[in-house]
Amino acid sequence: MSAQDAAKLSFTIDGKEVKAEPGQTILQAAALAGIYIPHLCAMKGLSPWGSCRVCTVLVNGKPQAACTMPVAEGMIVENDTAELKDLRSSIVEMLFVEGNHFCMFCEKSGNCELQAMGYRLGMLQPRHDYMFPTRQVDASHPDVMLDHNRCILCARCIRASKELDGKNVFQFIHRGAHKRIGVDAAGGAGGTNLAVTDKAAEACPVGCIVKKRVGFAVPIGQRLYDTKPIGSHIEAGRAAKE
Amino acid sequence: MTDNASVSRQVCGNFGNDKGRLMDILIGVQAQAGCIAPEALDEIAKSLSMNRVEVESAATFYAFFSDKMRGRFVIRLCNDVIDQLQGADRVAAAFRAELGIEFGQTTADGLFSLAYTPCIGMSDQAPAVLINDRVVTKVSTDMVREIVQTLRTGKSLEHLKLTLGDGNNSHPLVRAMVNNNLRERGAVVFAPYTPGVALQRALSEQPVEIIKIIKASRLRGRGGAGFPTGMKWEFTRAAPGERKFVVCNADEGEPGTFKDRVILTEAPGLVFEGMTIAGYAVGASEGIVYLRGEYAYLLAYLEDVLAKRRAAGLLGRDILGKAGFKFDIRIQLGAGAYVCGEETALLSSCEGKAGNPKTRPPFPAQKGYLDMPTVINNVETHCAAARIVENGPSWFASMGTKASSGTKVFSVSGDCAQPGVYEIPFGITVQELLARVGATDTIAVQVGGASGRMIGPSEFGRQFCFDQLATGGSVMVFGKGRDPLAIAHGFMDFFVEESCGYCTPCRVGTRLLRERLGRFLEGRAEAADLDYLEKTSKVVKNASRCGLGQTAPNPILSTLQSFRSEYERCIKKNGTVFLPSFDPGKAVAVAAGIAGRASEHFGTKKGGVKA
Amino acid sequence: MANKPKVATCSLAGCFGCHMSLLDIDDRILKLVELVEFDRSPINDIKRIEGRCAIGIIEGGCCTEDNVHVLEHFREHCDVLVSTGDCATMGGIPALRNTIPLRECLEEAYLKGPSVYNPSGRLPGDPEIPLMLDKVYPCHEVVKIDYHLPGCPPSADAIWETLVALLSGKPLSLPYGLIKYD
Ligand SMILES: Cc1cc2nc3c(=O)[nH]c(=O)nc-3n(C[C@H](O)[C@H](O)[C@H](O)COP(=O)(O)O)c2cc1C
Ligand code: SF4
Ligand code: SF4
Ligand code: SF4
Ligand code: SF4
Ligand code: FES
Repeated sequence: MSAQDAAKLSFTIDGKEVKAEPGQTILQAAALAGIYIPHLCAMKGLSPWGSCRVCTVLVNGKPQAACTMPVAEGMIVENDTAELKDLRSSIVEMLFVEGNHFCMFCEKSGNCELQAMGYRLGMLQPRHDYMFPTRQVDASHPDVMLDHNRCILCARCIRASKELDGKNVFQFIHRGAHKRIGVDAAGGAGGTNLAVTDKAAEACPVGCIVKKRVGFAVPIGQRLYDTKPIGSHIEAGRAAKE
Repeated sequence: MTDNASVSRQVCGNFGNDKGRLMDILIGVQAQAGCIAPEALDEIAKSLSMNRVEVESAATFYAFFSDKMRGRFVIRLCNDVIDQLQGADRVAAAFRAELGIEFGQTTADGLFSLAYTPCIGMSDQAPAVLINDRVVTKVSTDMVREIVQTLRTGKSLEHLKLTLGDGNNSHPLVRAMVNNNLRERGAVVFAPYTPGVALQRALSEQPVEIIKIIKASRLRGRGGAGFPTGMKWEFTRAAPGERKFVVCNADEGEPGTFKDRVILTEAPGLVFEGMTIAGYAVGASEGIVYLRGEYAYLLAYLEDVLAKRRAAGLLGRDILGKAGFKFDIRIQLGAGAYVCGEETALLSSCEGKAGNPKTRPPFPAQKGYLDMPTVINNVETHCAAARIVENGPSWFASMGTKASSGTKVFSVSGDCAQPGVYEIPFGITVQELLARVGATDTIAVQVGGASGRMIGPSEFGRQFCFDQLATGGSVMVFGKGRDPLAIAHGFMDFFVEESCGYCTPCRVGTRLLRERLGRFLEGRAEAADLDYLEKTSKVVKNASRCGLGQTAPNPILSTLQSFRSEYERCIKKNGTVFLPSFDPGKAVAVAAGIAGRASEHFGTKKGGVKA
Repeated sequence: MANKPKVATCSLAGCFGCHMSLLDIDDRILKLVELVEFDRSPINDIKRIEGRCAIGIIEGGCCTEDNVHVLEHFREHCDVLVSTGDCATMGGIPALRNTIPLRECLEEAYLKGPSVYNPSGRLPGDPEIPLMLDKVYPCHEVVKIDYHLPGCPPSADAIWETLVALLSGKPLSLPYGLIKYD
């Protein structure tokens, strides 16, 4: 056992032993061990947030968000169970019915993490009724468009702008059912200092923040999730090791 | 008003352009300018050197702020379940008729705005309204007419002739039409109080000894969650931090809870004394009382009590002559958000932000206000802590039950002869309490507010205590003729309104649950909807990020358990292949109206369905 | 085969793209007609279901009173209903109108739109034209639907796999790559 291994703590996910550094979240430790825990609001390089709740796991029998829960020695994590799959699916389906997701003409289709999560979880049809809310499209920026119909309030744009771009372009405004992404100007994103090269313009998991004039470039069949489920790259890591 | 910008500049200046005081700044601008307009956002952002969207984030979160001009008198009618049962609808109709506007609107003369608001902590004197920061209780339709006429001609709240309430409600700094309805005083909270006695005793001990005393008393938090107070203090003491804080949670937003209001009215000194002792025990020198905006009428009075304590050497430096021990308290007003009672959302709000809960862990004891170790306790918990130090842990532990020591202050409302506040040792059964409050023919009791449970008569033999029926104080009594499903629906309205919207299951799930429950009330439900309610409730309960979402399905889960036959009774017997939730006649009604003819297949006559 | 199971299909508020996709199963269509008999379908232009059907394939969402009527008819006469395509499963493109009040939609289409020529200045009210519903409903919000096949349109392979599974009584489980929402 190397000195580095000795510094690590150990816990289990679905009975499999996982080594982790103190301070890591369950999600981070799992990913390094080649175990995929479905997640949407968590993104490598951004601080944990815990809003989508798709990463819900059981820690010693209690539901917790894997993306915000720090690892601890000996904790017993359940991830790949039928009940959790159903819970995650129900949550993903909530996101579908809450917004207006018309995948058939969405620039993000094929590369969208929400859609891919639906595919991975085998969603054919949300169990919840559609809400068809009235939402706005903000096309005021010359290079970037915001289609709030597709926003899942994951705050990746908020964090990317703050933590990676050193700006503060996005923030939640309003609350509850009316909560939405606000921008740092009265008249829409066009009035902010958002640049098309910002990391925030790339952080959106869905088709809410999209760059103008570059949509539909990749042909169907070659898009990110056309043939391989989301999470495959993490699981491939484990396959390579084993 | 066009001076939104200059008002904003001036208010920011009053608070030293400190962005940590954004809440107070927004409250000030709203009060002085009548709204927080887009120019105000620009101006505040400039004055505080922060991003406009950050200001907008806070300004759009709280119900008491508005971007549109509100009337000089903002009338907020409490539409809590209890108020609804006691005639809030009639009062609403009277206001509508008298003012000629709908709720959510402002009169053309700019004098009045009408709004609904969730429980304002007056369920024992419902229906109640807030007019700006004045409370009017037991409102009748006659009173509505009088109020509107007085304000219309007098144009000042001072002209309102309100009968002042009992006790300190008549204090010159309170002058409120609120009654304490304090029916039973116990040995802990409402016993006679002499300022400084408990504190003197505390200061004669080492801080760690105080924590030991609290632990020995087995005191558990009175705010609802029931966490052992001594442990919380110990964690905070042990956590490293340059500054530490003691917070008193006086948000009291749980529907049907009003005991903290009465404690703050009659025993504020005891609350502050408890906070000061906590500060001594954990090594904090700053305290914050988070007072819900609905209780702003108590602000001047509470500030005065604090000033008197400073003058008496009970706050400030070298308290009671103890060299080096300093502690002071500021009051942070809220602005209409139930979620801000959740301890981490409360901290966000104190920091001047939108009241979104924070990620836990870390817990406030490690990283609380301004990321510093923070103790947060309920108003009543602070009182109990002070008394425990004063009279000893075994005195306290001798009251109540083994796992739930001491007394509990209950807020009883609803269908009973003597609604009000009762301080009673833990362990009293529902049946006994119902007898004391003069409740007969009770069909259901909601224990612990909207987030608690609705129980039926089969459970009335159970005790109020942490391991049986836990409550932060709210006990709502429902008599014969009340509809458990309609009540549960009212609570779901509350959660939908009050969800902060941060996480998916609570933001979306509460709406889905409310809609599905509504189908039962409207006779559009099918048997499968029971299963949907159960499963979706569990998702919301298990996956939500904070206590609000984790308890939001309780009205449904507990009525499914206690009143299942009510649900089953509502299931539609269907004679068609259409889902009971789909009404073809209704779906074509709009188009039939536009086309001026009935449907070919689903005959509609003015929206009705041809059989 | 004397007692071939019957299949009926319909297009409600849809574009016939899903029917095209069905025909896209290419030579497997020969196998299909061996397996089943087509009852009411736009493919053979039969208007009412003539006998009990094993499977009803629904394309399109519920947009008008007529759609509701057809769906009712299908539910009454089919053992199993399959919502085929995004229009049927979630409203699809026609449901774009769901965020706009019906009157506004009609006024834009018949009175105010930039390319409208309507000297009568009236909204059409002819009884021949079915009344619109207040919104476009996914089919499963109107009647019970047994299977859902999303996609715009679902691929021929997805439709084929579904039909084969249903006809052979095997559980339907589409491989990754056949579930698509676009
Ligand atoms: C949505 C929500 C609202 C709450 N509201 C209050 C409240 O108004 N007052 C209160 O003391 N605790 C409230 N709590 C509980 C607090 O989070 C916290 O547990 C409590 O203030 C701790 O104090 P205690 O240990 O003295 O009870 C609320 C919790 C949640 C989840
Ligand atoms: S954002 Fe994703 S799920 Fe939404 S419409 Fe676009 S591709 Fe579909
Ligand atoms: S805009 Fe995109 S990144 Fe931002 S919150 Fe919405 S979905 Fe997330
Ligand atoms: S459960 Fe989620 S949405 Fe609900 S109040 Fe808590 S953080 Fe906000
Ligand atoms: S789902 Fe797509 S292909 Fe099928 S009917 Fe609708 S629009 Fe046409
Ligand atoms: S990934 Fe954990 S809550 Fe979103």
